[in-house]
Amino acid sequence: MRRETPQKLTDYSPLVFPAGMLIVFFVVPFATMIAVSFFKRNPSGFYTPDFVFDNYARFLSLFFGKVLGFSLMLAIAVAICCIVLAVPFTYLLSRARRRTQVLWLVALLSILSLSEVIIGFAWSTLFSRTAGITNLLVMLGIMDQPVALNPSFGAVLTAMTYQALPYTVLVLYPALVRLDPTLTEAARTLGASPIRAFFTVVVPALRNTIVATLIMVFIFALGCYLLPQILGRPQHWTLSVLITDQAIYQSNMPFAAAMAVFLVLVTLGLVGLTVYAGRKGETA
Amino acid sequence: MTVFLQRLYFGLIGLFLALPIIVVAGVSVNEKQDLAFPPKGFSLGWYAEIFTNVEWRNALFASITLAALSAAVALLIALPLAWFLWRRHAPWANIFQLLGIAPFTLPPVITALGLLTFWAATGFYGQPATAVISHAIFFVTLPLVTLSLGFSSIDRSLVEAAATMGADDRTVFRTVVLPLILPYLVSGYAFAFVLSLNEYIVAYMTVGFTMETLPIKIFNALRYGYTPTMASVTILFVAIAATIFGLVARFGDLPKLLGAMSSRDQE
Repeated sequence: MRRETPQKLTDYSPLVFPAGMLIVFFVVPFATMIAVSFFKRNPSGFYTPDFVFDNYARFLSLFFGKVLGFSLMLAIAVAICCIVLAVPFTYLLSRARRRTQVLWLVALLSILSLSEVIIGFAWSTLFSRTAGITNLLVMLGIMDQPVALNPSFGAVLTAMTYQALPYTVLVLYPALVRLDPTLTEAARTLGASPIRAFFTVVVPALRNTIVATLIMVFIFALGCYLLPQILGRPQHWTLSVLITDQAIYQSNMPFAAAMAVFLVLVTLGLVGLTVYAGRKGETA
Repeated sequence: MTVFLQRLYFGLIGLFLALPIIVVAGVSVNEKQDLAFPPKGFSLGWYAEIFTNVEWRNALFASITLAALSAAVALLIALPLAWFLWRRHAPWANIFQLLGIAPFTLPPVITALGLLTFWAATGFYGQPATAVISHAIFFVTLPLVTLSLGFSSIDRSLVEAAATMGADDRTVFRTVVLPLILPYLVSGYAFAFVLSLNEYIVAYMTVGFTMETLPIKIFNALRYGYTPTMASVTILFVAIAATIFGLVARFGDLPKLLGAMSSRDQE
């Protein structure tokens, strides 16, 4: 059966429920949020309707600049760590036996689906003084005394890398499975070592995929809202944490909404970049 | 030599991924209420606590109900949409595909805040049903993606044969299409279910003050200090996720579901 252009009005009926749901519960809330970002804060309640730019004007403060700068820096650091770890790993995985692949995929999906609360709790335990990794080092005689490793920047970075790594592997996986195996075979026949073949053939062939994945992981990391709060100090808070904090604890919805709108714009810009990188990949 | 290096690299990544879970598993069997690793004594009491303690049991029940319902609603949204996009040639309708994928692509705080302002503005803020709808919208991406994949892998000549023999759209759907996409339907539901079970921020912003799901409960408990039940719940959740994805892998084609189709499988 070929795909047919809808003829009668009833042909559109399957679309009614999905379209209605998505418009009412996604488009309208999104628009509401944008509207609220121009509202005035009402200290006693949520907000009062208005049309002011005050909430956006607050972006021009040094504090906000610092938070934004730190969020972007942290997300870039996480994305780079993930790519460095995941590209060789996914490459090896895509060449492994099917059974091995499935086993790893189940493990990766299980970790990817874990709540940020749970990941935060697990790492705070691992970094704690009483139950942490340093106890192991003491047992091995490398350290004299167990210490707490959080709150610290390193703790935030490690946990966020942990959270984003399965995502990175799963984004890279389809592209790497489809990579023509004869490419590396040719390199090997011509005398390149496997490691050399990986860096001189596989990585360049995947350059655009890697760039696109880097941006996707960057967006993913930008959305992390709890780990900096659980494992970091207040100076490690990101834009996502700040939005949650303003909305829930400071009940300043208009400011939270304005920051969210800003975050959407940053994200959309990055998605545009990804699509652009993907296009270039197709033509190359 | 390279095989050794390969194994070593797999081992190191595996260790990195497993380490937090190993430590939490160790902590969860402590006999007393202390946060100690290696554990002091051995007790499964903290696992029993999830079911005997009223607060944890309610949270678990709330989470499972929310996940089961919201994944069902997500499927109800995704199935007709994916079917329509496969059956009809209507390029403008792709906008709904995009809308279905957007909530999942954007940072979660944004969807959460949008829904919070929406429920507050319409006066439904805090009602349990709002969490179901919110999660359904947030996770509709997953069944939508698996179903689109399922539809695209259907051999259209099968459908054509059925139609030539006089089957109408409804019959074709019931007898040919549905059996073929059933694995994708199930896995889409499974993905949405597991993620909803674990979701924190959307649930927190919509019903955080009236209802406690397990992630909310864990976070609230975390703010007041430590209780070993958090550790046992964590292990329970890891086990649930691994079981469900293991089943998906056992009865479906996981590499294919994750987009690793060989070129001949594609249309």
